[in-house]
Amino acid sequence: MTERREVWITGAGLITCLGEGLEANWNHLERGDTPPFDDKTFAPYIVHPLGPVNFDRQIPKKSDQRQMELWQRTGVYAAGLALADAGIAGRPDLLDGTDMIVAAGGGERDIPADSAILTGLRKVDARGPFLNERLMSDLRPTLFLAQLPNLLAGNISIVHGVVGSSRTFLGEESAGVDAVRIAQARVAAGQSDLTLVGGGYNAMRWDLLLVFEQAGVALKDAFAPVWDRGLHGGLALGSMGAFLVLESRDHAQSRGARPRARISPVYADRNRRRPGDVEATLRQQWDLIAGNVDPAHAAVISGATGAEPATSAERAALKDIGLPVRNTGTYIGHGVDAQFLANLAIGCMVIEHGKLFASTGTGDVGPSSSGISQVVVTSVGNWRGEGLGLIEKVD
Amino acid sequence: MAAATRDKKGRPIVAVTGIGVVTSLGVGKSDNWAKLSGGVSGIRRISRFPTEGLRTTIAGSVDEAYRDAMSPAELSERVALLAGDEAIAEAGIGIRGHFPGPLYLAPPPLEVEWAERIRMAEMAASNADTGYPDILRVARAFASANGEFKFAIIGEHLAEHFGTEGSPISLNTACASGASAIQLGMEAIRRGECEAALAIGADASLTPESLVRFSLLSALSTQNDPPERASKPFSKNRDGFVLAEGAAALVLENLDHARARGARVIGILEGYGEKSDSFHRTRTSPDGKPIIATMHNALADAGVGPEDVDYINAHGTSTPENDKMEHLGVATVFGERIRGIPISSNKSMIGHTLTAAGAVEAAFTLLTMQNQRLPPTINHAIPDPAIQLDVVPNVARDAKVRRAISNSFGFGGQNVCLVMALEPA
Repeated sequence: MTERREVWITGAGLITCLGEGLEANWNHLERGDTPPFDDKTFAPYIVHPLGPVNFDRQIPKKSDQRQMELWQRTGVYAAGLALADAGIAGRPDLLDGTDMIVAAGGGERDIPADSAILTGLRKVDARGPFLNERLMSDLRPTLFLAQLPNLLAGNISIVHGVVGSSRTFLGEESAGVDAVRIAQARVAAGQSDLTLVGGGYNAMRWDLLLVFEQAGVALKDAFAPVWDRGLHGGLALGSMGAFLVLESRDHAQSRGARPRARISPVYADRNRRRPGDVEATLRQQWDLIAGNVDPAHAAVISGATGAEPATSAERAALKDIGLPVRNTGTYIGHGVDAQFLANLAIGCMVIEHGKLFASTGTGDVGPSSSGISQVVVTSVGNWRGEGLGLIEKVD
Repeated sequence: MAAATRDKKGRPIVAVTGIGVVTSLGVGKSDNWAKLSGGVSGIRRISRFPTEGLRTTIAGSVDEAYRDAMSPAELSERVALLAGDEAIAEAGIGIRGHFPGPLYLAPPPLEVEWAERIRMAEMAASNADTGYPDILRVARAFASANGEFKFAIIGEHLAEHFGTEGSPISLNTACASGASAIQLGMEAIRRGECEAALAIGADASLTPESLVRFSLLSALSTQNDPPERASKPFSKNRDGFVLAEGAAALVLENLDHARARGARVIGILEGYGEKSDSFHRTRTSPDGKPIIATMHNALADAGVGPEDVDYINAHGTSTPENDKMEHLGVATVFGERIRGIPISSNKSMIGHTLTAAGAVEAAFTLLTMQNQRLPPTINHAIPDPAIQLDVVPNVARDAKVRRAISNSFGFGGQNVCLVMALEPA
């Protein structure tokens, strides 16, 4: 292995149902109030809509906003917050060499158009030609661009001028973990000095609910903390945008940037999800970092989704590890590819305040107080993918 | 133990020891190379679904791999498996079911398809208008029989099949995706994280909606008759690309690792370059600067100059915009020398394989060097006077090719260039 460089998080941007910015999110988490959720729009499904946000503040041109669907605007907004936090927004000299890795889904459908076509199709015999004709007349070219997964990154290039490089990772929760894993590894190895990494998610979508309902993991009927949704519980999709700026220590210091945290190599793996698989994989990953973790000053931010059996498996693994635990899914919902990023951003706030936020649900264990300087962030995907990262205070 | 072999910048050298290809020309690289170097087109009339009402009725479909009623996810997975199996067999690496390294996959974006939506609507059987609440009511029962529509699913299945290590990465950089997958593998080997990596680009997503989407952006050729003449990169009468399917897999390996186990080295991946374009969502910066920077970055990463390049595998989509801008780009990077460097477009024969294109064309670039024969740009009947390039018009020819570059450009300002060479003596 070549020599590794220290990697800092020098910027973070977050918007969720709890509001805009790290402070607003932290204040809510500290109070421990029940989060805003919507059980009417998609009843019986429960989702967390984005809190109030004025997109003009990060996406000044209306023409740009019109070219994006909500998941892209959400991500572009959070990316802008992260760039500003890192002190590189509006700095072409730095943005020109800033790399980017985005974790994305995509495929935001035109629901009225789909519904009209489905209704019409039932009344015709020649379905193929009917479908062709309606698609030609009903699909909007701009929506196609809003559907392309890499167009969140593309819009960040256009709106914020990040043009070093641009890559988009697909694949639900693992995409977020792998995005950070690769970003960290590239900076550590000297393949990049400065990388913007993040994701955006819009939970207010019938087409996404369809995918999660097919898998039987969409939360219905009654809201409850992630840990306490039971065997037939599920995940409540949450709208969110979360971005981080990762930077080599030397590069950050040479421009006088302050570190929010240091980030160690991130681990990601997969297994077939037989009984015990999740616990074994998390344990292996924990063993790789355990030697660097001081149990007296460390805590876990869990990305547990509420979907079973993954949530119970993660809970068992975390009990075994024995650190204090807080989940974020109860508060901000599940933002799938953006969740790991959001949890790292929240982890930065835990390090800043040196303490955990309010517990919610029976899987949140350990006190909130005491000097926490290390945060282990977990990700156990609702279907596949286990990951884990460690961030810590820079003295 | 001998000292580790390093490139000019002290990094591990990345070799290619296995290649697999599936395109509309056929399954397997020998069939593909025979037809590609024979100037054969794989573009034909679409037979998979009715085309009434569509402006474009032709495509480069992988009919040889297609089985009745396969979804884009299933077919993309199948072509990825075929290509991966071929590449791993050639490399002779690992043991069956255990590839000793990670997987980097460029799949098509996946979502619930019309066929599924329609079946769910039928099951819901509502009397009035059919909407998403109706199909959601039956989605659970439907899912058990039909699998899931997750982005991760192809990568998950491939990781199981090939036995690759760690979290399989699925990525998308639009029409540069296949090249990005190779690049991620190169980076991982250079970091010393692994001795080998499997890079696959696969896209078999020919559906009415995919055609319509590109049609509405006026990106597709509408010269449907005869199909095999529609894709004509760098010609004056080019009018769009031809949507196509395909897959390619490359086994990437640390050169020392390959030599130590006596593997045959097909070629070396010497460098890569990327640069994003912030000009427009679908159009290239009019000054071509990002494309130019991408090629400069790739040559610099490889530690070579424009004078060291013997052949350019063009992105060459056959759209008016791409070919004009690519010409501007190569003319700027290579200057006067460009007149002496052959540049051809595989897409003239296989169409545009979208997320697979970067991998398919990297594979063909390596085969070009291996065979010392340049595949042509076919359908070059009416040259564009504004494009003064040696496009290897219509007929393949032998040439000395020691080093080549392959360009990939995509919507969203994506640009990647790969530098490949024959194994150093």
